[in-house]
Amino acid sequence: MSNELFRTCPESGLQFHRPAERLMKAHAVVAVVILLIGGIAALLVTLTRWPAVHLLPADRFYQLLTTHGVNMLIFWMISFEIAILYFCSSTLLKVRLATPKLAWVGFTLMLAGIIINNLAVASGTASVMMTSYVPMPANPNFYLGLILFAVGALIGCFIFLATLVIAKDEKTYEGSIPLVTFGALTACIIAVFTIASGAIILVPTWLWSLGYINHIDAAMYRVVWWALGHSSQQINVAAHVSVWYAIAAIVFGARPLSEKVSRTAFFLYIAFLQLASAHHLLVDPGLSAEWKIFNTSYAMYLAVLASMVHGLTVPGSIEVAQRAKGYTNGLFQWLRKAPWGNPIFSGMFISLVGFGFLGGISGVVMGTEQINIIIHNTIYVPGHFHATVVIGSTLAFMSLTYFLIPTLFRKQVAFPAIARLQPYFFGIGMSVFALAMMGAGTLGVERRHWDMAFTGAPLGFEYPASAYTMMGIMGLAGMVAIIGGAMYILVTVVSVFFGKSVESESSYGTATTRLMRAEPIFIPEGGHSAAGKWGFAAPGTFVLAMFFLVTFVLYYAVNWKYLASVWPLS
Amino acid sequence: MSAIQPPAELVWWKQPLDKVEGTWIGIALVWSLIMFFMMPFWHVYGKQNLSSEAYRTTPQAYMAKTQAMVDQYTIRTETSAQLPVVRPPPGSDVYLLGRLWQWWPLLELEKGQTYRLHISSMDWNHGFSLQPVNINTQIIPGYEMVLTVTPDTSGEQTIICNEFCGIGHHTMLGKIYVTEGGR
Ligand code: HEM
Ligand SMILES: [Cu+2]
Ligand SMILES: [Cu+2]
Repeated sequence: MSNELFRTCPESGLQFHRPAERLMKAHAVVAVVILLIGGIAALLVTLTRWPAVHLLPADRFYQLLTTHGVNMLIFWMISFEIAILYFCSSTLLKVRLATPKLAWVGFTLMLAGIIINNLAVASGTASVMMTSYVPMPANPNFYLGLILFAVGALIGCFIFLATLVIAKDEKTYEGSIPLVTFGALTACIIAVFTIASGAIILVPTWLWSLGYINHIDAAMYRVVWWALGHSSQQINVAAHVSVWYAIAAIVFGARPLSEKVSRTAFFLYIAFLQLASAHHLLVDPGLSAEWKIFNTSYAMYLAVLASMVHGLTVPGSIEVAQRAKGYTNGLFQWLRKAPWGNPIFSGMFISLVGFGFLGGISGVVMGTEQINIIIHNTIYVPGHFHATVVIGSTLAFMSLTYFLIPTLFRKQVAFPAIARLQPYFFGIGMSVFALAMMGAGTLGVERRHWDMAFTGAPLGFEYPASAYTMMGIMGLAGMVAIIGGAMYILVTVVSVFFGKSVESESSYGTATTRLMRAEPIFIPEGGHSAAGKWGFAAPGTFVLAMFFLVTFVLYYAVNWKYLASVWPLS
Repeated sequence: MSAIQPPAELVWWKQPLDKVEGTWIGIALVWSLIMFFMMPFWHVYGKQNLSSEAYRTTPQAYMAKTQAMVDQYTIRTETSAQLPVVRPPPGSDVYLLGRLWQWWPLLELEKGQTYRLHISSMDWNHGFSLQPVNINTQIIPGYEMVLTVTPDTSGEQTIICNEFCGIGHHTMLGKIYVTEGGR
């Protein structure tokens, strides 16, 4: 290995392969620009769904909703994830990235795909929503952009895998790959499956839009599309769980409670998460109940079990690390004394709690075969996934950014006071936003709908006043979240492009950088349970987990009760 | 070592489980199984289950069946567009179609009676969302879905389209009127 190709970050001790570093930066920068575009669309879309404002005309609304969905869910998430894959392979394993040239080809394809798709939507000829259900036609470039992006992302996945192979060959690490890299590997495997499904459905659809194929079955399209659409959410879950583990390690020096459990849980993702495309098809015609039940429950909820395990082991490992540092009073001193002013930690913790309580519970409930009847396509659904993919994944990625700015970009974090508050604005705003959407959805308000007052319709319907209140709360809370998003973009862009470089300071010990700095790696002494209670290494976390379970059980039961009140169907 | 470093123990898979993890895994597994068995349980003991009865169809064939029902059972028309309101006999096959941008025809059903409600789309995907009772299903062109439904509340229900279907999506409404038994 030639040494000029590597640099060691004096703060974190991480070793960066320079070509890999440039790629990570490029992917992260593109991701943040996309987030900005998606965020502007979010602002306008939210202001339209807020009944008191009702800003845009219908055509613009649907156009911008398409822009928002595609950019956020596909382009922002996956671009950032490719940066994470490179970080978890090249940086964490201290190895050169396989074929950086090819990686740039992948990057270029992704960027080209993003531009082509966005131009198609901007032209007004592709307002078909990210799902682009056939036979509603879109400009062929809409599909072409997605295909190019997917091919680029696939190249990124293979480079990640090849880098793992190189690291093994060159013996750059001893024993097994780190847990976080294992989590990234999980994400990568799911991504390969996902992208394959995407190709199976999007290539024919593109040919259909060009007139080379004359019919695509509308039900079959939905089945295959959701094999792409649902499993791509599992890429996000595997990625953000890895980020949680990484942040627990970075901020607290936490080690997993046990490697075996955490890795098995990731393995359950690989084994079962590709199922569950049925979540989206529970009320589609003609699919058998047996298939729906098996698929929607990921074969008996084994992947849900895995998430519940991560939900315990991540905070549990933090608790153990904190207790080992002497925060052993009562059940929760470890949590009270956590660095709540450090956005790397606070964002990660809000992400974890929000993902579990709001996203996780609502997801399992609405993914129950029969309960879906009272939820399908209501605004409850975006309420659920803003809790998973925004509070869960997006906020986790934002938190990680505050670590990457000084280590990867070698810049001081600009506006530290804003950075400190950002996770709270974004996380709390989004939580209220998601809850209000779920509330409105329970009252029957529809998703992807321009006007809940049905202006101009020959027949009418009036939602109860409470539904309007919920949508108003959604609008307000959405604005808080948008401010949180803007704070993130401000801090990131100013730090990266105009920030003081870390080297320009004589020492790293300035207040600005110390906020963002990792605590030194800490190895707890005397094994796990030494500092715990009841023989539990992490008793506080266990109590939190039981609280989660009780909430889950109650909410689940309430929804069955609600379902029992609707018209008998068979 | 920490989660971003290779595990300290070379044979980490032999490391014993911590009690907190073991306990939680046990609890979570039991809960997962309960949730799983709740679904088949409801198929047997619950009243709200979607049948998987569905047929392939074409817009022309489906339109013909719907038209025949409308011709036979229309009892009045509504709005300036003369939308037919159809009152099919209890127990019969009722046809509802979704198209850009209406649910056609309007229906009048009797409380407590059971109907076989067929629904299909003439063009794109639509969403059948019956409010305020809150029943939601996906309507896909080329497929005819059959719901066996027993209205158990009387009054006016509105069918709202809840799958995006183009610029007129928000105007796509229909009605199901439920009358008290025996008229
Ligand atoms: C402050 C941030 C955000 C706000 C205020 C916001 C707001 C909204 C609103 C109002 C809708 C429309 C719901 C409807 O009418 O059906 C929507 C849809 C959506 N949002 Fe967001 N959003 C935000 C961030 C995000 C992020 C970060 C992601 C993904 C990572 C995301 C993914 C989506 C998706 C996938 C849809 C559905 C689009 C569709 O139905 O095709 N959003 N969002
Ligand atoms: Cu429609
Ligand atoms: Cu519609």
